[in-house]
Amino acid sequence: MSKLKVVHYINNFFAGIGGEEKADIVPEIREGVVGPGMALNKALGDEAEVVATAICGDSYFGENLEEAQATLIEMIKQYEPDLFVAGPAFNAGRYGVACGIIAKAVEAELNIPVITGMYIENPGADMFKKDLHIIATNNSAADMRNAIPKVAKLGLKLAKGEEVGPPEEEGYHVRGIRVNYFHERRGTERAIDMLLKKINGEEFVTEYPMPVFDRVEPQPAIKDMSKVKVAIVTSGGIVPQGNPDRIESSSATKYGIYDISGMDSLTSDKFMTIHGGYDRAFVTENPNLVVPLDVMREMEKEGVIGELCNYFVTTTGTGTAVGNAKAFGEAFSKKLVADGVEAVILTST
Amino acid sequence: MRLELGKIKITDVQFGESTKVENGTLFVNKQELIDMALQDERLKSVAIELARPGESIRITPVKDVIEPRVKVEGSGVMFPGMIGNKVKTVGSGRTHALVGATVITCGKIVGFQEGVIDMSGPIAKYCPFSETYNVCVVVTPQEGLGTHAYEAAAREAGLKIATAVGEAGRNVEPDEVVVYDTKPLLEQVNEYPGLPKIGYIHMLQSQGLLHDTYYYGVDAKQIVPTFMYPTEIMDGAITSGNCVAPCDKVTTFHHLNNPVIEDLYKRHGKDLNFIGVILTNENVFLADKERSSDMVGKFVEYLGLDGVLITEEGYGNPDTDLMMNCKKATDAGANVVLITDEFPGRDGKSQSLADAKTEADALVSCGNGNIILNFPPMDKVIGMLDYIESQIGGYEGSLKPDGSIEGELQLVIASTIANGYNKLTARTY
Amino acid sequence: MVKEVERAGIPVVHVCTVTPISLTVGANRIVPAVGIPYPLGDPNLDVEGDKKLRRQLVEKALKALQTEVEEQTVFED
Repeated sequence: MSKLKVVHYINNFFAGIGGEEKADIVPEIREGVVGPGMALNKALGDEAEVVATAICGDSYFGENLEEAQATLIEMIKQYEPDLFVAGPAFNAGRYGVACGIIAKAVEAELNIPVITGMYIENPGADMFKKDLHIIATNNSAADMRNAIPKVAKLGLKLAKGEEVGPPEEEGYHVRGIRVNYFHERRGTERAIDMLLKKINGEEFVTEYPMPVFDRVEPQPAIKDMSKVKVAIVTSGGIVPQGNPDRIESSSATKYGIYDISGMDSLTSDKFMTIHGGYDRAFVTENPNLVVPLDVMREMEKEGVIGELCNYFVTTTGTGTAVGNAKAFGEAFSKKLVADGVEAVILTST
Repeated sequence: MRLELGKIKITDVQFGESTKVENGTLFVNKQELIDMALQDERLKSVAIELARPGESIRITPVKDVIEPRVKVEGSGVMFPGMIGNKVKTVGSGRTHALVGATVITCGKIVGFQEGVIDMSGPIAKYCPFSETYNVCVVVTPQEGLGTHAYEAAAREAGLKIATAVGEAGRNVEPDEVVVYDTKPLLEQVNEYPGLPKIGYIHMLQSQGLLHDTYYYGVDAKQIVPTFMYPTEIMDGAITSGNCVAPCDKVTTFHHLNNPVIEDLYKRHGKDLNFIGVILTNENVFLADKERSSDMVGKFVEYLGLDGVLITEEGYGNPDTDLMMNCKKATDAGANVVLITDEFPGRDGKSQSLADAKTEADALVSCGNGNIILNFPPMDKVIGMLDYIESQIGGYEGSLKPDGSIEGELQLVIASTIANGYNKLTARTY
Repeated sequence: MVKEVERAGIPVVHVCTVTPISLTVGANRIVPAVGIPYPLGDPNLDVEGDKKLRRQLVEKALKALQTEVEEQTVFED
């Protein structure tokens, strides 16, 4: 079997080109190893080989984000790598962020596994740990000797598509991804142990610390409702009969936008609910219970609101990941803004 | 209350001339069971099929799973209030269980909440019923039958057939007899004065069609929290109305074999004093959630519990009931541990629960239901694959032409059941 | 989704049954709905009563949108 091909990314400093005064050098790529690539190549052993090293100045990268990424990806692509390694960046902030950005871009564009390494306080670690495997390193390049074998070991696993172990085993920063495994003992036995420890004031470790949800500043109040265009958004799973976009009944990965222009009410012959989290009998009869088109239309005619947006936005709320809901929200909010919507009523079941 | 549970170990299932147990093999008379189910005019046809561990069989859409049991001594019958009009209190005397056998109801979907059981292959390890000898009851409703009526008919058919099959164990000498004993409150408290007093807060799903649970035949959405002897549940005082997503469906089997009750009894008198079960619901109105959780907190205080375990059924809005119960039980002076499952999205990166409270600092996870799995094709399907893409955990493109499925773990019956029955859990990567 | 709408600069009101979830997740203007299977209305009432109730809830939602809030606010009766 031929060796797996690895492209390594480093900055001006590690390439031996120079320090801060050379941080503005443009992207380049060289055949074979440069600087720490030598140790990386050695650690990869017989199974993989560093075929090329991409280099870019940290300042140049930071100041020319789009361009630097595009140029580097074109350069890296030529070598058809099986794995992309960036850094490690230790505690170098701009280098860490560059490693994170380029690694994420390579993964998305070239569809190959990527890995990097950083010190926990490197801002890049916090920014990218959810997206990437980032080996935890010490805060200086003196730790290269420890860091490189971990990068190589996990990188090889990723390149070969092998199962990745938990962070404490593999040495990467905790990514915040919930992964299943089979425990030796069933849940109730663990729960009883945990309860007795809690009662006795002994230390115990919860299997899931309470989640944190971010906050957003409230928008100012609307002054004159009769001049405002209002849109209805719902997580109640109301869709046209037949569910044309095949939105899931639970844990949705999609949302839909459906036209209501010219309609005075959501009628049960045209609309249905696909929400898997409640008894759908009532809403099936009368979808206005979730999307109150009938009264909103009246209020539009009476001039209580300026205008009702001629579509509503919908998805299924139950079990839908916050990540998905956030992405839906970002996407359709852009459309709402573009369409001049100035107020939203969001209904949930 | 004292219950002797005689466990008859079942190691095979076959069709036979009569329904009986011989040397660990359960024989069932197919026609007899079909005729019994068809007495219900709401059903058009019924088929009985068998599924054993290791066979290349996929069963879906599964509604409920029931362990066949029979009341041998003591008052009442199995599943009181559900079959006929018999509602006498159960939980004492002697009951025989056909351990390792089940009755599974399946057939065209009522909602989206029915799931999948694979008898072999890589998915089997997620499902407790891949390891049992299953009598599958495939029901077809009369044309035009409403969903609520169809759900009730399928549920009753399952309970009737499980009761009939359970009868086969009446005169069989059990392989093992386990005694469960809970005394009246004051006596029980005094029996082990040095041990912490532990209660179990059992949250029943009660949100309407395919989300209901029954307590002595009463729809759980209509109950206010109450207190139970744990052994009542072993005799079928609680039956499933085929709740929520397949993965955290608490089947009737899981009520009969509630793992919290089982494991608390194992340590009863050793390092804890198991006082009993506080039964509550998960309703659809905020006022109900407030009232029920207030009453749960009141019970915890009244009973003087030192610690409680809380289990949930379902996810989304019931997470609020879970958190309210946690907070109010903590405020009432108990230490609390929660048992639940997680839905952090297919990438595992989002929050696992819809609601959170700082008091919920001790939680046992029964796994992440959102992970994507590949279900290889099986030689035989009991039921039908027609609805896979609209069943919870399925999605557009889930079903492949060769009968294989790409779908979320949610599709698999009781795979992340939030009462701690399984060994599956999740950790942070 | 509520927060993304707000973040995009559009005032939003969340009409929902389980207000505790809305508070945990972080909506700013919250109006309690009737119930999970019928948030805006009540099918047990007659057609007019149901619609009247729905109109009252929408009016309440609009009022919430016209009220300045500094922090998360549940608009009870």
